[in-house]
Amino acid sequence: MKHTNEPFVRVVKKTELTGGKLALFSLGALLLAIIAGGLFILSLGQNPFAVYKTIFFGAFRSKMAIQGTIKIAIPLLISALAITLAFKMKFWNIGAEGQIIMGAIFATYFALFHNNLPHFLLIIVMLVAGMVGGGLWGLIPAFFKSKFGTNETLFTLMLNYIALYLIKYFTEGPWRDPSSSGFPKIATFVPNAQLDKLFGVHIGWVIALVLVFVVFIYLRYTKQGYEITVVGESENTARYAGMNVSKIVMRTMFLSGAICGIAGMTQATGAAYTLGESITGGVGFTAIIVAWLARLNPFFSLFFTLFLSALQKGSSVMQSSFGLSTYVSDVLQGIILFVILGMDFFVQYKLIFRGRVNHD
Amino acid sequence: MINFLFAAIKAGTPLLLGTTGEIVTEKTGNLNLGVEGMMFLGAFAGFYMGYRTGSVILALLAAFILGAMGALVYAFLTVTLKANQTVAGLALTIFGAGFANFFGQILIAESVGGVPKLPDSFISRVAEGPLPILGDIPYIGKLIFSHNPFVYGAVIVSIFCWLYISKTRPGLSMRSVGENPAAADAAGINVALVKYVNILLGGGICGLGGAYISLINGGGVWNNNCVNGQGWIAVALVIFANWSPLKSILGSLVFGAFTVLQFYVPKDIISIPNAFYVMLPYLITAIVLIFSSIKKSKEHAQPAGCSINYFREER
Repeated sequence: MKHTNEPFVRVVKKTELTGGKLALFSLGALLLAIIAGGLFILSLGQNPFAVYKTIFFGAFRSKMAIQGTIKIAIPLLISALAITLAFKMKFWNIGAEGQIIMGAIFATYFALFHNNLPHFLLIIVMLVAGMVGGGLWGLIPAFFKSKFGTNETLFTLMLNYIALYLIKYFTEGPWRDPSSSGFPKIATFVPNAQLDKLFGVHIGWVIALVLVFVVFIYLRYTKQGYEITVVGESENTARYAGMNVSKIVMRTMFLSGAICGIAGMTQATGAAYTLGESITGGVGFTAIIVAWLARLNPFFSLFFTLFLSALQKGSSVMQSSFGLSTYVSDVLQGIILFVILGMDFFVQYKLIFRGRVNHD
Repeated sequence: MINFLFAAIKAGTPLLLGTTGEIVTEKTGNLNLGVEGMMFLGAFAGFYMGYRTGSVILALLAAFILGAMGALVYAFLTVTLKANQTVAGLALTIFGAGFANFFGQILIAESVGGVPKLPDSFISRVAEGPLPILGDIPYIGKLIFSHNPFVYGAVIVSIFCWLYISKTRPGLSMRSVGENPAAADAAGINVALVKYVNILLGGGICGLGGAYISLINGGGVWNNNCVNGQGWIAVALVIFANWSPLKSILGSLVFGAFTVLQFYVPKDIISIPNAFYVMLPYLITAIVLIFSSIKKSKEHAQPAGCSINYFREER
């Protein structure tokens, strides 16, 4: 049979890979991404193996290095888990930055003005306050989305900046540290309002690990988790099944924001011991990529978070070893993300070349 | 007052280019959140070329090309490989910022005294100054006809983009692809080609916006992190400008005014914390978003195909 009009190559959907095959494929994609990053390093006239080795040792060589890596990983992982909830519902929440900030602001209020509470109680209060702050900031776009269909991607983006400048307002205005002369800043939290440490890192890491399991179980085994999946697959199906879609969207976004709020609370009380405009360090955006590349699976998120955190931490020694600025980690991160994102295509589609017989 | 508006125009110009670039991209059905990254790429490429060659034309060309290259990666990921647009755009932002800062840092390390500065001849060529005759008109001459040449260039670019989008045949193709790619495909339009061309064009224009920041706003000196969120303002401005390059001229003036407002409001008469001035553009954009969604008007909404990748065999 002759196909005269058949294109040289055709793209068709295939049944998605699952389980072990998917894991193997993902590892392959990651390897390819690392090779692509290596080519970039090579183009700079450096030895990629030496550079990667330095990054690896920089991230894991000592107890302190490992602690540093984990410290970077904590807010990233918590936020990625938060985004997992929203994205599972196909609610394109890119407002993690803002929700983290609101969590930090709410927690900071108690750290500054109610820091004479008993330590344990104060930590709990700050945690709850952070969750409420982040949750409310997540609820706002969910409310407008379900009432009026307001575009959530653009709206959450705006909320990020509104939250960011709220920090600026508090820093320059009501919460300004009167004892600091010159550049306005918020006072360092008293020790009573600082998050406790376990094995040298603030207990945010324990919270993050617990959340990995909680989010996994919530999505996989609870009624609410099931509702999220249904709404994500098809809102109409959810409606026919008698689900209250607005309620599910608002509830889920409150939870998603609340989890981001936890990240904000742990950053302010465990890492920075204060509140400043750089509190998020952009993790709200990186977390989106982590959650997506992890296919919205909490355990994959844990893996990707550790990978990116190690890359970032390990790159901090690049200046002294290779004369490359630490910005190299951003470039590598970008290249790696591009490749993994692109490789995703082959999980869902396959190419059929002209003349090949299709066996499906 | 004249000084204030003058400063507003100056601050609004990179926003205008970024917004115009993103409008072209979104009109073809792709929400590219990599504006910040593409502006960074353009900022570095423009500065590097200007620094090395002293040529304004080459600097702008380099900025356009590198911005478009960033957009090419995004287009390949989203159009050909059908990756999620939001995620691909964010990755581009991380990459672009990292790329500009990384090579910018090398530039700083190699330059005399750690301050890479454009050649004087370059700076004087792009300096602001009154145009002949028009510049002598009282008030208006100072306000409108005394800017650096890029300001006029940016306005011309957005007028051309408006003509292109709303008055030409390729512009019609792109709009149909952006609103309903399946229908466009059925009508014989090459959806992928149209998307590629416009995403690249949009990226190039964003790159020019970045070049404005590094060549003009930086005072001729390279600064790491120079774009500093202006790409994100441009994304907001697209909504404010209602996806029209013509309205974005006014919109970027308004946003530019907000960013410099705090320096011109007499503090003893109106005392609002500075933070609220910088917050205003985002607050207003959020309100615009809400109101246009309440009115449910098709005129005031993102092109329907935005954020959804087109796959022919999926109807």
